[in-house]
Amino acid sequence: MNEIKLDTDLAIRMRGVTKIFGDDPQSALELLRAGKTKTEVQAETNHVVGLDNVSLDIARGQIFVVMGLSGSGKSTLIRHVNRLIEPTAGEIIVDGTDVLKMSLEELRAYRRNSVAMVFQKFGLLPHRSVIDNVAYGLEVRGVPRAERLEKAAKWIDTVGLSGYEQSRPRQLSGGQQQRVGLARALALDTDIILMDEAFSALDPLIRSGMQDQLIELQKTLGKTILFITHDFDEALKIADRIAVLKDGAVQQEGKPEDIVLKPANEHIEEFVREVNKARAIHVRTIMERGEFEACEFTVPETARCEDVLPYFAEHQWVGVTNEQGTQIGRVTAKRVIGALARYTPGVNEG
Amino acid sequence: MFPEIIDTRPWRRAIDDSLNWVVRNWGDEFEAAAYPLLMLLNFIEDVLIATPWWLIMAILVGIAWLATRRWQLPVIVLVSLLFLGIMELWEDAMTTMALMIAATITAIIFSIPLGVWMSRSARVRQVVTPLLDLMQTMPSFVYLIPTVMIFGPGKIPALIATIVYAAPPLVRLTDLGLRSVDPAVMEASRAFGTTPSQRLFGVQIPLSLPTILAGVNQTTMMALAMVVIASMIGAGGLGYQVLQGIGRLEVSRGLFAGLGIVVLAIVFDRITQSFGKQLQAKIGLAETR
Repeated sequence: MNEIKLDTDLAIRMRGVTKIFGDDPQSALELLRAGKTKTEVQAETNHVVGLDNVSLDIARGQIFVVMGLSGSGKSTLIRHVNRLIEPTAGEIIVDGTDVLKMSLEELRAYRRNSVAMVFQKFGLLPHRSVIDNVAYGLEVRGVPRAERLEKAAKWIDTVGLSGYEQSRPRQLSGGQQQRVGLARALALDTDIILMDEAFSALDPLIRSGMQDQLIELQKTLGKTILFITHDFDEALKIADRIAVLKDGAVQQEGKPEDIVLKPANEHIEEFVREVNKARAIHVRTIMERGEFEACEFTVPETARCEDVLPYFAEHQWVGVTNEQGTQIGRVTAKRVIGALARYTPGVNEG
Repeated sequence: MFPEIIDTRPWRRAIDDSLNWVVRNWGDEFEAAAYPLLMLLNFIEDVLIATPWWLIMAILVGIAWLATRRWQLPVIVLVSLLFLGIMELWEDAMTTMALMIAATITAIIFSIPLGVWMSRSARVRQVVTPLLDLMQTMPSFVYLIPTVMIFGPGKIPALIATIVYAAPPLVRLTDLGLRSVDPAVMEASRAFGTTPSQRLFGVQIPLSLPTILAGVNQTTMMALAMVVIASMIGAGGLGYQVLQGIGRLEVSRGLFAGLGIVVLAIVFDRITQSFGKQLQAKIGLAETR
């Protein structure tokens, strides 16, 4: 019973997805299955392992971030979901259908109606105006002109580009161009949106603004967003769940806090060391739950560690309240320090 | 001396005999097949000659204006055309222009689909590229003689020779243009579930139009380069004037007709180039100022 419910809540299910680049991927696949590493396979057969047995469950309505450095296979991974890249082995189930078994015609229909994509390099059509770019997906889908322009205008407004409808993409700044890319994907109103390093090409301030806009939009849209990034801070900011990819294999998968608080290996710890943990960790994950006497100061449960730090200069406890404003727990300076300190097995557990 | 390893005479004879056989048995069919080409050429020529000179001038100057939106090019075009008129070359120039336009139109009809096909298949490219090399480097007289044998002297072999010589750059540039469309844009288009023809007509061709237009420009230029040779087998026009000038040792006649060809080349080169630049600016491929 539980299992079935779990399945319908899943938007994307990947099982054992493996991608090997080269002329004869099957023989390289055998080597890989026999337990050779990516480097060994490359040395022996000159085949590059893009993805190594990746299995992920992506729940509906989540922002799922796949994080990895360049060459980790994250861009390859996202392109498997709409089959811009064919895997060597594995299965990808989206809404109960195996994407890999689709015929060409079915695949086109699936791309038109079920998944939209935002690209790192924007991928806008330079010979079309902004509004025609936003309406492009709808045009491909066969929506009549008046209707698609109306929808496109609405989304241009939503991403804050009103007045630029007739401009050409090259006349816009990078941030504006990516807003067009985002509007183009949103205009399709698909359940799933793939975002391939969508904000990586933008300046830090613009990037931060786009992240906020995405979070804001997601509150009302509730899409399933698969987001690829190499930026751990970005991942922590927007993710409901994070998977860390290295050498084409998933190193760790979990909630942002889990990854910050308990990095699974040396590689992930390196990332964690670089981030601002006080911003990454929510107070709700480290608070003592239960009923305590009311604290003088309280913060909402969505607050982050950095938000409570100022209070500890004067106070021992800070209360944590839920959406209704009822106090549901409290945090102490000790707990915060424990969370922010470098994770060392056996030292601050429990 | 290089030693004679095999006797090549039978091969030559075989080639000569088979050509004779083709001429004897298939001459009429070939002529019938090429008839539409002749119709096209005659039609364009008749129209150009029947149109009053001032109207043609007005049209070309107008096109030059549309292509640049400045006064310089229309003035150059006007002066060039006046030169043709004053030098009593108008009618010959129209005949030459008709040959060039007919060759260009035919080349476009054949070359662009071929270029599209090449851009999509590495194997087709492997086969077609050496053929194009051959068409461009083989001295035109080599294929001119068999075509004259098959079609008889006249406009058809002249037109065919011009097309053979002028079409390759258009094929190459169409192929190049289509393949150099930004892969990121192509991928985005693919991700939205487009069919191959939606990508071809909606993305690839619009984005490679400037390159394709550069090919058309090359084709017009090469067609003009062929007019003297074409006139040897009965194409008439400015090339024939040059030929007569050489034959009679009238340097002035050859010089003026030769300048006439140059003038035509300048007019068509500048106009097609300006359209290409305009198009580039339109689709945002031009350098930002």
